[in-house]
Amino acid sequence: MTIKEKGTVMDEIQIKRAIARISHEILERNKGAENLVIIGIRARGDVFAKRIKDQIKMIESVDVPIGVLDITLYRDDFTSIDYMPVVGKTEIPFNVSGKIVVLVDDVLYTGRTVRAALDEIIDFGRPKEIQLAVLVDRGHRELPIRPDYIGKNVPTSDNELVDVKIKEVDGEDRVILREVKDGA
Amino acid sequence: MELKRKDLLGIEELSREEIEIILETAESMKEISERAIRKVPYLRGKTVVNLFFEASTRTLASFALAEKRLSADSFNLSSSSSSVLKGETLLDTARNLEAMKIDFVVMRHSMSGAPHFIAERLEASVINAGDGTHEHPTQALLDLLSLKERLGGIEGKKVLIVGDILHSRVARSNIWAFEKMGAEVSLCGPPTLMPYKIENMDVEVTYDLNEAIPDMDVIYVLRIQKERQKGGLLPSLREYIELFGITPERLEIAKKDVVIMHPGPINRGIELDPRVADGDHSIILNQVTNGVAVRMAILYLLSGGKSGEIAEE
Repeated sequence: MTIKEKGTVMDEIQIKRAIARISHEILERNKGAENLVIIGIRARGDVFAKRIKDQIKMIESVDVPIGVLDITLYRDDFTSIDYMPVVGKTEIPFNVSGKIVVLVDDVLYTGRTVRAALDEIIDFGRPKEIQLAVLVDRGHRELPIRPDYIGKNVPTSDNELVDVKIKEVDGEDRVILREVKDGA
Repeated sequence: MELKRKDLLGIEELSREEIEIILETAESMKEISERAIRKVPYLRGKTVVNLFFEASTRTLASFALAEKRLSADSFNLSSSSSSVLKGETLLDTARNLEAMKIDFVVMRHSMSGAPHFIAERLEASVINAGDGTHEHPTQALLDLLSLKERLGGIEGKKVLIVGDILHSRVARSNIWAFEKMGAEVSLCGPPTLMPYKIENMDVEVTYDLNEAIPDMDVIYVLRIQKERQKGGLLPSLREYIELFGITPERLEIAKKDVVIMHPGPINRGIELDPRVADGDHSIILNQVTNGVAVRMAILYLLSGGKSGEIAEE
């Protein structure tokens, strides 16, 4: 199996603009930041959640509470994987009941991660509403889930990978499309 | 990194890396017990049998809660209410349980090595919840987690284990656990309750508590196991209290921030004065809280993935 780079889908400035736009859209749709909380899915969604929080602070001078979700123990594919994923910490230092939760992830694909995240959030309480923000929507949903805020729609085929690089982890901000080929 | 094992039988065979994975996973598990709904779906449809051939409150409750918080179906069997009374062998009991499709056996037994014997003969994962005077690995792991939380790290810390070392599986597991994590372990207790050649475990042995205390970062107090003292190894409890009891007066010569640990159940007023057990130095109840998280981590890490495709997401 080989993986070939097909090109950059988003560069640093495009990612920055997408985060800025999503932050404005969140504020516009919810008429401000009151009652809002942001929860990012490990490991990448939490970084974008933090950036959205910072952006909202710049725009409206409001500190929106932020949380991190690790969905490992809610996955539906344990019967079909042959390794044990590391269980990270879930940190939701506020009560979600009655809140508008903006759930943040980097790439939306089958929707199974989001399903796990929704189940987990509801174990913390009963939010008024949950909205979904993603940096990249690459299609191929296997569950009835749709995002409310999208950085960029990237049409892909099944043999492609969307690789999100972020400064905090990888040293650069870039979204790369890669192609997986069978054989040597 | 993962734990590539079917069973957790002891600390002796674990590497430091494996211990670190367990502790790290346990740190993530702790938060689940703080939620509105204290349960995650991970072990749905899996069955755990808690097979206890010896009395237990804390360990059994802790395992049962860990199993329930991971959504496993579990039940408890004890020797006093099972076919063991009718003369069934240990292996037959275990094989019969496995014939009913179980995934985990959590086992406590008065014979050292009993869980190992069963683990070799069952497909189910076996977790040692205490075997005779041999090991009590989950106790040692929860102790490491509690100490790590209190001190920030274990490397280089001086730990004194006080009491009946001879009969203590907790002592054995903890000596290995503390040493693997880089702590220096000393033992103190009556000579009659000190195992022969215990120095071979790389520990300092002392019989004078007052001499040992001033240097220590941690004093780990063992329970005087009255049920195992029929052999006359202790002249009297009064003498034990006088020489080895941990009292507020003794702590005056200890480091100001010395940590007091005890695996429970406490014989208040014997090995541990109530004022110390309930005082600021004590992390005894943190140990109990961490027990649930550590056992959740072990159930998770032993449950293993099944072979097949790796999902991209």
